[in-house]
Amino acid sequence: MSRFFSSMDSCPAIKNILILDSEGKRVAVKYYSDEWPTNSSRLAFEKSLFTKSLKSNARNEAEISMFDSNIVIYKFVQDLHFFVTGGDEENELILASMLQGLYDAVALLLRGTVDKREALENLDLILLCIDEIVDQGMILETDANVLAGKVAIQNMDVSAPLSEQTISQALASAREHLTRTLLK
Amino acid sequence: MAQPLVKKDDDRDDEADYSPFLGIEKGAVLQEARVFNDPQLDPRRCSQVITKLLYLLNQGESFTKVEATEVFFAVTKLFQSRDIGLRRMVYMMIKELSPSADEVIIVTSSLMKDMTSKTDMYRANAIRVLCRITDGTLLTQIERYLKQAIVDKNPVVASAALVSGIHLLQTNPEIVKRWSNEVQEAVQSRAALVQFHALALLHQIRQNDRLAVNKLVTSLTRGSVRSPLAQCLLIRYTSQVIRESANNTQTGDRPFYDFLEGCLRHKAEMVIFEAARAITELNGVTSRELTPAITVLQLFLSSSKPVLRFAAVRTLNKVAMTHPMAVTNCNIDMESLISDQNRSIATLAITTLLKTGNESSVDRLMKQITNFMSDIADEFKIVVVEAIRSLCLKFPLKHRSLMNFLSNILREEGGFEYKKAIVDSIVILIRDIPEAKESGLLHLCEFIEDCEFTYLSTQILHFLGIEGPKTSDPSKYIRYIYNRVHLENATVRAGAVSTLAKFGAMVDSLKPRIFVLLRRCVFDNDDEVRDRATLYLNTLGGDGAVVETGEDVKDFLFGSLDIPLVNLENSLKNYEASEEPFDINSVPREVKTQPLAEKKAPGKKPTGLGAPPPGPPSTVDAYEKLLSSIPEFANFGKLFKSSAPVELTEAETEYAVNVVKHIFDGHVVFQYNCTNTIPEQLLENVIVVVDASEAEEFAEVASKPLRSLPYDSPGQTFVAFEKPEGVPAVGKFSNMLRFIVKEVDPSTGEAEDDGVEDEYQLEDLEVVAADYMLKVGVSNFRNAWESMGADFERVDEYGLGPRDSLAEAVNAVINLLGMQPCEGTEVVPNNSRSHTCLLSGVYIGNVKVLVRLQFGLDGPKDVAMKLAVRSEDEVVSDAIHEIVASG
Repeated sequence: MSRFFSSMDSCPAIKNILILDSEGKRVAVKYYSDEWPTNSSRLAFEKSLFTKSLKSNARNEAEISMFDSNIVIYKFVQDLHFFVTGGDEENELILASMLQGLYDAVALLLRGTVDKREALENLDLILLCIDEIVDQGMILETDANVLAGKVAIQNMDVSAPLSEQTISQALASAREHLTRTLLK
Repeated sequence: MAQPLVKKDDDRDDEADYSPFLGIEKGAVLQEARVFNDPQLDPRRCSQVITKLLYLLNQGESFTKVEATEVFFAVTKLFQSRDIGLRRMVYMMIKELSPSADEVIIVTSSLMKDMTSKTDMYRANAIRVLCRITDGTLLTQIERYLKQAIVDKNPVVASAALVSGIHLLQTNPEIVKRWSNEVQEAVQSRAALVQFHALALLHQIRQNDRLAVNKLVTSLTRGSVRSPLAQCLLIRYTSQVIRESANNTQTGDRPFYDFLEGCLRHKAEMVIFEAARAITELNGVTSRELTPAITVLQLFLSSSKPVLRFAAVRTLNKVAMTHPMAVTNCNIDMESLISDQNRSIATLAITTLLKTGNESSVDRLMKQITNFMSDIADEFKIVVVEAIRSLCLKFPLKHRSLMNFLSNILREEGGFEYKKAIVDSIVILIRDIPEAKESGLLHLCEFIEDCEFTYLSTQILHFLGIEGPKTSDPSKYIRYIYNRVHLENATVRAGAVSTLAKFGAMVDSLKPRIFVLLRRCVFDNDDEVRDRATLYLNTLGGDGAVVETGEDVKDFLFGSLDIPLVNLENSLKNYEASEEPFDINSVPREVKTQPLAEKKAPGKKPTGLGAPPPGPPSTVDAYEKLLSSIPEFANFGKLFKSSAPVELTEAETEYAVNVVKHIFDGHVVFQYNCTNTIPEQLLENVIVVVDASEAEEFAEVASKPLRSLPYDSPGQTFVAFEKPEGVPAVGKFSNMLRFIVKEVDPSTGEAEDDGVEDEYQLEDLEVVAADYMLKVGVSNFRNAWESMGADFERVDEYGLGPRDSLAEAVNAVINLLGMQPCEGTEVVPNNSRSHTCLLSGVYIGNVKVLVRLQFGLDGPKDVAMKLAVRSEDEVVSDAIHEIVASG
């Protein structure tokens, strides 16, 4: 992992993705950089990041801050706080598009009810979503519809035949959810 | 904003506390994982258990080796299930467990089956898992499938293979490099992300082949890259190509600039921004090239999205450092950002404004900042204070309002770092702007009246002692200083006593009154305070008469210690208590050059107070110890300087030899560090035969052979020369390594008894004028220059002929003189046509030398230089000119 970060200075890289609750506790987190090698260093990072960002107004638009020479972009929805961290030379807008993709996909998967309770009840979906968005620091997918589509496969009827058809159905239903949330 | 939400939480307290994982416990979940072994698998139940396991890992819980292995084997059973959702969870679980090599074998076949499955989702995920856990040997088996996957019609599969390729390239580059045809095909993919991943991998594969990268960029910048992410990558690669080719094409338009400018009109904001940033970071960017980039960034400044505003203002802030004029157009938008909700944006806006502002806007700006300062964190305030300091140095006429601002914020609440930044700034302003001195000193006096930081109080007291006596009315500071003796802790009291004594020594009319105060301090309850007071009373002439204090007393009490503190510390550590007193003259004075890394450290600013940052422990001590342990050299006196090692052999030859030149007052010792790189040889009686026929003033007096030089363990041999005392004699020496070589049996390591005499020619060695110059820095060059006086100043002009660049010429002269560059003047800004460089040093015979070099470009390449030397001895000033004239 560290090699990826040292050799890929020309390629956008994500250092971590965090979803915390309104008290700064973990809902789901994923670290890709070994800048935080131990769980305690990670918790310390989360704690100070949470405290520092708490006062800002990140409910309508994603907010941004420099933090220990990293760029952190964050957005709060209900009692969930979403964070995406990148290096200080990173293009801020790429990180922002990652955060937007993550949030939109989570909103689709949770059918518009984005809060801690719903997220924990569907933790498998959240984890799969994070798994599909970044692979070891490398951006894998940013489009919320595609992300939700990839994750939503698992909600399909087990007995149904696995074919292209069902995937596009899943996509269609995901898209429908998105339009619904947007129109709300 | 957070407030109402917390309330809402309270209202539905029990509901909020609810969690499906409430009371979850590792042991119980591990028990539950036994369902993985059931003959009749319940996919839903199994998925839930995996979710619980992942939840535990996510919360920071860790599994022991045994637990992890057990879970891993249980999970592999789940490949039997055809449930697609469960399979996804299995993939994720395997990645989280990162199994060891012998465990991987268990899942390899299942994963390989999935990799060739008809289901795209299986293929994509199996590739990612397999590549994550695999090692090189397995990779050759699956390489064929991976190559196919890269060009798979399903974009998810192709991306999975490409991203895996990017990671595998780090561990198995030779295999991944074989895929470049497929990767190249994938670059043309219609799927946005596939194009992005393929481009990233292709560039990685070719990154060491400059020509190939150039070709890649050339072809892609002409074509249409669809994905915004891929376009961002292309912009980065393009800037790399521009950077590398800039050296070759000095004339004409910059290659690919049109492409970058075109990207400013892209529909995706991330691409626009990437291109704008790339343009601002071009080497030696012209204002014409900058304009379109600045224009789009200016538009971003008024965006409703904080991220866009932040990105734009951060980039403009960087531009303002090098091209402040280019950013002035954005000033109106910047000013509105001062009230931005996001304090990072506001701070960046303010510091940008401070860099670009003109003299007339300073007052207005300060008014805005005053309101802003109260509600930002200390770390932001420090940035603002530093920006204000440089603004004040830029517009000295505005010192009144800026100094007032600094003193106001000094009175407000703040932590140590913040207060220190303010005090440092005031001190620097006092030093550099004479008109600001008196008001600045009074501000500092008022500050120590109510200062909670001992460090700052003592530093300010020390500074007052230096500057206060030189003001028009020194007596007005006494009250502030003497108050400290009453109200503070012992450290500050001792500092105050010293400061009082300084006033007494410098200002004769104050002396009687100072003595009254000092006598009271003799009754202090702290011994350091009492000691200091007693010392000063006695040395300054305790009878209280208005007499002039002798120069040597002043020098003894308050003179600056002209040896680096680190060196002093080292010498003191090495000093063993004995009859012989510690001799301060034995401390080496050479300042070791700071490692470059330290200069690059962010936010490293010249500190106003205290000693210059300590250098790393020097090797001078080691040399001195080594030399004084050799009886032949013991009577040479004090070591003046040791040069850096000079290589006398090419790299990777049989014998590696470098030499260190040790300069003494009347002698020179060459220390040859030899390494034998042949395992089958043992060298004995190693000596360097030096021919000094081209160094007339030198006469060989002693040499110390090296008895034995086994393979790969370095040893030293020495040769000493006598030279006229105190004279910077130069000369050229040719060297021959002479030794007896004995064969060594590699198996036993024993050497044969009989040896053969042999010789080995080394490269020539020169003693040059720079060897007689010590790198000794001064903290304030202007002060040092003024106080040195123009008595022995020598000024002349030189033409340096055609040079590659101004920087190259500056470096050449610095190296020629071997002096210490001061105040960072060795760095030449890009594209400047002229440069001033300040150097200081100590010449042999302990003569301080200061040099002011003014360089200018004369025509396209020719460099002209004006050299002004001041020293304590006109002979030395002339000698410096001679060095330059003959160099």
